[in-house]
Amino acid sequence: MLRTRIIPALLLRNESLVKTVRFGKFTYVGDPCNTVRIFNELEVDELAFLDITATREGRTPNLKVLADIANECFMPLSYGGGVRSLDQARAIYEIGFEKIVINSAAITNPELITQIAQVYGSQAVIASIDVKNTIWGQQRVRGESGRRRTNLEPVAWAKAVESRGAGEILLTSIDREGTWGGFDLDLVKSVTDAVSIPVIAHGGVGSIAHIGMAVKQAGASAVALGSMVVFQKKGMGVLVNFPDQKQLEDVLQ
Amino acid sequence: MITIVNYGMGNLGSMLNMFKRIGVNVCIESDPEAIRQAKKLVLPGVGAFDAAMQRINESVGLRDVLDHKALTEQVPVLGVCLGMQLLTRGSEEGALPGLGWIQGATQRFPREAGLKVPHMGWNIAHCATPSKLTTDVGVEPRYYFVHSYCVAVDDPADSIMRTHYGLDFDSAIGRDNIYGVQFHPEKSHKFGMQLLKNFAEL
Repeated sequence: MLRTRIIPALLLRNESLVKTVRFGKFTYVGDPCNTVRIFNELEVDELAFLDITATREGRTPNLKVLADIANECFMPLSYGGGVRSLDQARAIYEIGFEKIVINSAAITNPELITQIAQVYGSQAVIASIDVKNTIWGQQRVRGESGRRRTNLEPVAWAKAVESRGAGEILLTSIDREGTWGGFDLDLVKSVTDAVSIPVIAHGGVGSIAHIGMAVKQAGASAVALGSMVVFQKKGMGVLVNFPDQKQLEDVLQ
Repeated sequence: MITIVNYGMGNLGSMLNMFKRIGVNVCIESDPEAIRQAKKLVLPGVGAFDAAMQRINESVGLRDVLDHKALTEQVPVLGVCLGMQLLTRGSEEGALPGLGWIQGATQRFPREAGLKVPHMGWNIAHCATPSKLTTDVGVEPRYYFVHSYCVAVDDPADSIMRTHYGLDFDSAIGRDNIYGVQFHPEKSHKFGMQLLKNFAEL
C-alpha cells in the first residue's frame, strides 16, 4: 500500500534554516546540512526546502547550499524560492532535486508551470499556494511569502495551476502556520474536492492527530510538517525530530 | 567503474551522489565511444517513453553500442524508472518499440476511481524471485516511486520484486545480465543503497 507522505518543510533564509509563525517572527533553527543529515538518518519520506526570502530579497536560488543538501539526502527533494525561469529550474534538477516549487512566479507568470512541466513532467512541478484570511473573512492567495496581496480565490487558483500542468499543490494556511493549532481543514477540503492532483496540507500542524485529520477528513495526499519537526514542543527549543512511525500508522490507517 | 548513460532524459545528479556515497567509481557518459568501454551500465530516465527512445535511436551510434554491450558483451545493465520500461517491447504511453531486452510490456495503470496516477510515493516491494540484485534488502523493503505506467513481464521468472498499486506490477525485473527497477533506488534511503551496492558488486 502507498504510504501517506509526511514531509518536513524546512524554511531556508539563504544559508540558514529558520522557522516562522504566520510567515513572520523568524527563529534560527540551524545549519541546513547538519539538519538534513539528521532527517536522512531518520529516513523521512521526503524533504521540502523553501527559501522564504529569496523572492522578496530579489535573490536567485542558492545552488551551493542546494548541492550540499543533495549530497547528503537519499530521499525525494523539492525546492522553492525565487525560481523564475526554466533555466533556474534545470540547474536545480541537475543537482539532484526532483521537484520545483513555484509560488510567486506562478502568480505573475503562470506559463512557467507549463514550461517546466512540458520538459520535466508534471510530477516535477509543485504549485505552492499561500492563503490568508482578509479582514472581510474571505480567503485569498498571497504571493512573495505572504507580502503580496492578490484577488485570487484559493479553489479557483488551485484549479488553474492544475490545468497549467502542476503535478501537486502545496497548500499553506498563513494564519495557521507556526501556530501548532491544527490545519485549516475546511480550506484543505475545499481544494482537495476541487482538484485531482495530490494536495500537501501545510500550516498549523501541532500533533499526530492533526496529521490524521488532514488526510482522513480533508483528503490531503500528504502532509508537510514545520514546527513539529524542528522544535521540542510549542514554545520550546530547537530539536530536530520526526513523529513515531507506529503512531503515524495508527492515525493514518 | 559504472557508466551512467546520459541520453538527455533523467535525474543524473542524485544517481551520481548515491554511487559516490557507497564508494563506487561512476561516470556519466553520452559519447558512444566512451560507453563502449563501460563495465556496467545504468540506464536512467524520467519523462516520456517515445521521447526517450527517439533520443536513443537518433543519437549517432548510441543504440548500436547499447545493444552490443547488453546483448553481445552482456555487461550488467540496470534500467531505472523509465529506463526499466525501455527494456521492454514497448509501452502504451508511446508508439515506438522499446529496446526489447526483456520480454514484457509497459502498460498504463488501470483507470479506476480513487486511484491517483502517477503512483507517487513510498511503497513496499515484495520479493518474487531470488536475485543477486536484492541480496540483503530486507523483508518488505520500501522504495520511492513516481510513474504513470508499469511493467508486466511475460515470464514470471523474470520478475524479481512486485508491488501493489491498483494492481500487482513488476517493480524489479531481471534476466541474465539485464536488470530493471521501477522505483528510484537513489532516492530510497538504505533500501536503495543496498540494491545499488548489489548491482555494483555483480
